[in-house]
Amino acid sequence: MVQASLDGILLGILFALIAYGMALQWGVMNIINIAQGELVILGGYIAYFMYVAGIHPAFGVIVAPIIMYFVGWSLYKTIIFRVVDRDLFISILATFGISILTQQLMNFIFGSDVVVAQSNFGTTFLFNYMVTLPNAKIFAAGISIFFALLLVLYMRRSKLGRAIRATAQNARAAKILGVDTESVYAATFGINAALCGVAGSLIAITFTLHPYVGLPYTVRSFMIVIVAGLGNLPGVALSGMGLGVFEEFSDYIFGTEFRIAAVFLLLVLILVYRRFKLSRKREYLK
Amino acid sequence: MNQKIFLYLCLLAFGIVAPFIFPAFKLQISIMWILIILSLTWDVQGGQMGYNTFGNILFFGLGMYICSSFQIGLFFPLAEWTASGGEKTFIHTPPQYFQGLVVGLIFAGIIPALVAAFIGYGILGLRGHYFAICTLGLGIAAGELAGGIELVGAGQGMTSPPWPKGIGDTELRSEFFYYICFVLMVCTFLFLRWAYTTRFGLVLNAIRDNEDKAEAMGINTMQYKITGWVVSAFFVGIAGGLMGNMIGYIEPVETAFAGRTFGVFMVLMAILGGKGTLWGPVIGAIAFHIFKEGFWTFFLGWQYVALGALIVIVVIFFPEGIMGWIREKYPEKFGEAIDEEDRKAQVELK
Repeated sequence: MVQASLDGILLGILFALIAYGMALQWGVMNIINIAQGELVILGGYIAYFMYVAGIHPAFGVIVAPIIMYFVGWSLYKTIIFRVVDRDLFISILATFGISILTQQLMNFIFGSDVVVAQSNFGTTFLFNYMVTLPNAKIFAAGISIFFALLLVLYMRRSKLGRAIRATAQNARAAKILGVDTESVYAATFGINAALCGVAGSLIAITFTLHPYVGLPYTVRSFMIVIVAGLGNLPGVALSGMGLGVFEEFSDYIFGTEFRIAAVFLLLVLILVYRRFKLSRKREYLK
Repeated sequence: MNQKIFLYLCLLAFGIVAPFIFPAFKLQISIMWILIILSLTWDVQGGQMGYNTFGNILFFGLGMYICSSFQIGLFFPLAEWTASGGEKTFIHTPPQYFQGLVVGLIFAGIIPALVAAFIGYGILGLRGHYFAICTLGLGIAAGELAGGIELVGAGQGMTSPPWPKGIGDTELRSEFFYYICFVLMVCTFLFLRWAYTTRFGLVLNAIRDNEDKAEAMGINTMQYKITGWVVSAFFVGIAGGLMGNMIGYIEPVETAFAGRTFGVFMVLMAILGGKGTLWGPVIGAIAFHIFKEGFWTFFLGWQYVALGALIVIVVIFFPEGIMGWIREKYPEKFGEAIDEEDRKAQVELK
């Protein structure tokens, strides 16, 4: 029990980091990025190849965001900017296309094997060897919190952060007042991709990587965002941890082969529950 | 009007004689009819009702599993069949096979329709992107669940009953399934063509244009939304059952709940053809299928990269589809009269 809860909380912090990126670009650009999970996996492969090249994969958390920022930025400049002001479904479908494309490209370039980057961090034992915690997971959670706080500070203090927040509140007004919303959007998407890169390289050292496991990460972050609401950071962290604990317990109860099914069913249940709750007031999820 | 009937008759005649003109492409054309059914029924939600679903693949997979399970389960123990990998231990006699097929196809339509009615009330209350993502989750969850159920073969999947020995060869088999697919396609098309002319079609369009207003006008929108989904589920379920029999092998994630292939295809085909029109999904499905069969082989494993790129290109540059493009080019064909002088005056004003 304690084992599952602790595992879940550490895992959930990672999810929260990805969800934070999604909330950021959802709030600012009004886009739901289905390719979020693929960006995560791509970041993971960067760390993995550092490991293959003989560098310690933990340095991936520095390299991956830098590379992923440019990946995200160029993705915005080629595709995403065309769908920003359009119907939300267009952006969902377009990013779904990107997601299929990246999955397959990763499959070709990196191979379809399940890979893992060994970090050799050792394990911590708690409570008289009752609970085992790999240090890699603790490291991952720590780094996630660090990056999340860094981003919060950046958004509060820096000029770009202020521009991003202004654009999120009212893009038109921000444009009139001299904010270059186009580059703000590009930067937001880049930051989102960078966060995914951090999360991905942490996943590479704590879990496994495979070209096709991106979509569950997208759905998890979507779920966390709708439970917490846009722009509610403590909520994102809390519901991320909640989701992590839920997954560990569902592993316990239903078995690991139903893990993905449990995540997706939870999404459906949460949405339907919210819908019934709102429909009493004759409203619907917006 | 006569021209129209002539066109329909030509198409019908083509459908009937096609297996004899192109004997090598029988299976491909049968799959094309299935794809047309999928895109037509997707369009009931996506185009006419404005509810973009990724979840119709759920009914496709359900139909596939249910049809085969009935075909086998009526005569043999299902668990032993899947455990032994199918035809090795049990053999259908011809009457058994056809009885099983009829019963299986009927239930492959009815059960998904019931499922749609059951989950519809909860899920169709979601709107816009929430509905899209919820149905996406539903389809994938169904695939993962089916991959865990031992009775239908879990992750290895199950075989559907093979064509019984003694009556004809594989040629006859593919002709047989060809005509069932064709008839089902024609039924779906005619049914939807009729349905769109009734009050039902008008209400669906009203929901697409403004659901709140439609509700305020006193329409019980939920009832119509569920009906629409039930209709889709019924036809998609039967199509799934046929597909399972044609492929002969059901695998949970790759063929049945294949979100990455058929699940995306149906959305893409309807959008490519032009959503919200009757002929759009048909044209889109034919164009997509020809593109797929014609060029898939040249990509050599890069198919999904091409598919992803195609989705992005179609969605970004041609969201109105082929029909939308034709409509813009020849508006008079759609009964939209344009006053030439008025148009010129407006152009000069600009």
